[in-house]
Amino acid sequence: MNDLTVRERPEAWHPVPADDQERRLLDVAESALSEAGRMGTSAAEVSLSHSSGISVNVRNGEVETVEHNRDKSLGVTVYFGHRSGHASTTDFSRDAVVACVGAAGRIARYTEEDPFSGLADPELLAREMPDLDLYHPWEVDMDTAIDIARRCEQAALSADDRISNTEGGGLSSHHGAALYANSTGFHGLSRTSNHSISCCAIAGSGDAMQRDYWYDKQRDRRKLMDPEAVGEETARRILRRLDARQPGTMSCPVVFEAPVASSLLSHLAGAISGAALYRKTSFLTDSLGTELFRPFVRIHEQPLLPGAAGSASFDGEGVATRTRDIVREGVLDSYLLDSYSARKLGMESTGNAGGVHNLTLESTAGGGLEALLAQMNHGLLVTELIGFGVNQVTGDYSRGAFGFLVEGGEIASPVQEMTIAGNLRDMFLALEAVGSDTDTRRNLRTGSILIGNMTVAGG
Amino acid sequence: MTELIQLAQQSLWQPTGLVEQDISRTLGRIMVPGVDYADLYFQYTRHESWSLDEGTVKSGNYNIDQGVGVRAVAGEKTGFAYSDEITGPALLDAAGAARAIATGSSRSGAVAVRRKDGLTPLYQPLDPLDTLTESAKVDLLRNTEQLARELDPRVIQVMVGLAGVHDTVLVARSDGVMAADVRPLVRLSVTVVAEQDGRRERGSAGGGGRFGMDWFLEADRAAEYARMAVRQALVNLEARDAPAGDMAVVLGPGWPGILLHEAIGHGLEGDFNRKGTSAFSGRIGERVASEQCTVVDDGTIPDRRGSMTIDDEGEPGQNTVLIENGILKEYMQDQMNARLMGMRPTGNGRRESYAHLPMPRMTNTYMLAGEHDPGEIIASVDKGVYAVNFDGGQVDITSGKFVFSASEAYLIENGRVTSPIKGVTLIGNGPEVLTRVSMVGNDLELDTGVGTCGKEGQSVPVGVGQPTMRIDRLTVGGVAVS
Repeated sequence: MNDLTVRERPEAWHPVPADDQERRLLDVAESALSEAGRMGTSAAEVSLSHSSGISVNVRNGEVETVEHNRDKSLGVTVYFGHRSGHASTTDFSRDAVVACVGAAGRIARYTEEDPFSGLADPELLAREMPDLDLYHPWEVDMDTAIDIARRCEQAALSADDRISNTEGGGLSSHHGAALYANSTGFHGLSRTSNHSISCCAIAGSGDAMQRDYWYDKQRDRRKLMDPEAVGEETARRILRRLDARQPGTMSCPVVFEAPVASSLLSHLAGAISGAALYRKTSFLTDSLGTELFRPFVRIHEQPLLPGAAGSASFDGEGVATRTRDIVREGVLDSYLLDSYSARKLGMESTGNAGGVHNLTLESTAGGGLEALLAQMNHGLLVTELIGFGVNQVTGDYSRGAFGFLVEGGEIASPVQEMTIAGNLRDMFLALEAVGSDTDTRRNLRTGSILIGNMTVAGG
Repeated sequence: MTELIQLAQQSLWQPTGLVEQDISRTLGRIMVPGVDYADLYFQYTRHESWSLDEGTVKSGNYNIDQGVGVRAVAGEKTGFAYSDEITGPALLDAAGAARAIATGSSRSGAVAVRRKDGLTPLYQPLDPLDTLTESAKVDLLRNTEQLARELDPRVIQVMVGLAGVHDTVLVARSDGVMAADVRPLVRLSVTVVAEQDGRRERGSAGGGGRFGMDWFLEADRAAEYARMAVRQALVNLEARDAPAGDMAVVLGPGWPGILLHEAIGHGLEGDFNRKGTSAFSGRIGERVASEQCTVVDDGTIPDRRGSMTIDDEGEPGQNTVLIENGILKEYMQDQMNARLMGMRPTGNGRRESYAHLPMPRMTNTYMLAGEHDPGEIIASVDKGVYAVNFDGGQVDITSGKFVFSASEAYLIENGRVTSPIKGVTLIGNGPEVLTRVSMVGNDLELDTGVGTCGKEGQSVPVGVGQPTMRIDRLTVGGVAVS
């Protein structure tokens, strides 16, 4: 424990000033676009980013890893009419940029005419780029980072004698910028930072070991949970899992605890995304205007939420994002489209090139997890999911789960080695309540979710 | 091997004029007192992919990535930095950052590096991107798509993807070992959607390995993937809901070996066992499977997707027996975990790229053939599930619980394969599941070369394989409660 102090600083690992980095992004973008113009392309677009930061992990009080990250990338798409090609590189040298644009051009000569390809409709491009409070860089020094990670782990280890082992406490802090520009003259720059504290530990021994973790992630480090609180929450989550057994096979209601409930939103987002819709690889093909949920359900996108994980004023093609309802009174009101899929479907881009922006399932219950468990009375609480048993074409759902049997509205006993299964279409219609315990760490925001009935297989 | 080193130096060092002395000096700079081990990992990767959907080859992508990762290890501590510029100053810069985990001060020594030779490459050091012309690549996609559509009118969507990677790596270690590898990797995948009476189902197939893209044109391979994908989608159109609960499960040969990857493979990786976080920790010499089970991790099969002439720490690829006749024999190790556990490195030190830290990873993990005829195995089951293809799986290595989800499965009733079933996810306990293997087939197959394994955010190509096997009891996660 005593030899942790780092006495020597890395001499030459100074961060490059943010302004210089951004100027470089603009220069490289400019040079890539003008190279594309020289090649005779009819249009071109570029996406660039740079980021830097540090990740440390402390295990058993000792530094385990210190990683210094510094990344950058350039992606170029060129168009010759309706043929397109894409290339990318991490090398910003003049020669590499020219080679990258050339490679995109070479690809474009062999792809086929596609009348739906092309830049976003200029009418839809973002005109306003408000400050969304996403950039709070933190030049954390290694000693401080290590100290925070150590305190976090220590809180978990000292919480209870049954905590027997650890994967460690971690701190990571990164910041950078991303630039999108195209040959119509549009360019948009966004600066972001992300800081996280995490902990993963183990209780029990031999066949009865259980592992769990907790983390917090924020744009602004001052909003991070205390490292001790992250460690304590980790310990609480592990200890409650001890002595888990198989629950048996049955049909019952299921509560998804908020951190895993967001996976249901993710399945919805995947199924109403443009690419899945025009390819007919979604179980929600042609379902606009249909009732997917009961009337009390509202799901909306909040791209301009200050300081949030998924906030952005423009998408990956420069299209202005929109605050809007996706599901209103249970009815699917909007798809998630980029320019290409919108044209394929005869619609307009919804500003979702690159994904959703704070997709939010509004709470319906008067309380958090406890209120949902009370409402469920008897059933299963799911706290962790594993595996890939979700078929987007059919909506068939069967995943491995860990959690607790709930009796009389109270957590009764931990269970594991089980699957929960159903079909997403049925599960959405059986959504009975959403807790107020919204998990705001991710781009998909929801509280715990109660689904009226699923099949549990577990021995 | 010397030839590989020359090839690697040409593409990695020559452009910026790096020479061996720069490497020696950098390693010397990292090896301050307290640092036990260091390595430099140079990489130059070119990646190209083409995709077709809706009848059009509408997009292609080409990517170049290069850089150097610098790692210093002091006991259980690791310092790591990387740069996407392969230059002398960038190397020294990263070295200074990486070695800051140790407390010693800088010195001006140098580490003499020697080339590792005498290794036989397991694949040709070719550039797979150049093995077909661009027109031929586009034709390959189009022809594959057309065949899939012609096979059955119910096919409403065909997606075909072709990808190739040309990866050149060079590792220089503080113990003086220097080794290099040029790794081609290609993959072709076909996914189809079939529709009947308003119901849609998918099917997919594909393959690849460490060779050129022209491999897909030989032996009708691309066409075979199209046929397999269409057949699977049509089978699934007839599938009914899977049962829920415990029953006997027969897994077909080849890709179902994903069971081994999830149930035991990850749990036998050295890092988890050094830390005591795996359900298999401290169990070497114990019985973890029935006597019929012998499982290996074999990175030495020529041209396979998971094979490596050298691993990402310069260690030659090896064939390691993990479980022999049911007894746990050995863990998979990288340099650091082998040293800390007093075991030997097994050629399993792998990393996604220069910007990621190496760790113990699988290569090609499979079970050796047994004695039983596959027909005999199916005939032995009164009521159960026969699963022949899978999408993917995941494991919690600490509790040992794993899942994997079938993309093609059937009921077995009275010793005969009957209706196709859908939504089959299997869940079990790693240290237990192989003890319930009562029959192992004589039909060992390896998968077709499409597997990618994810661990701690890093993806690496892997292979799996197995013969047909019967597991007496496994939890089947369907929706139909009997």
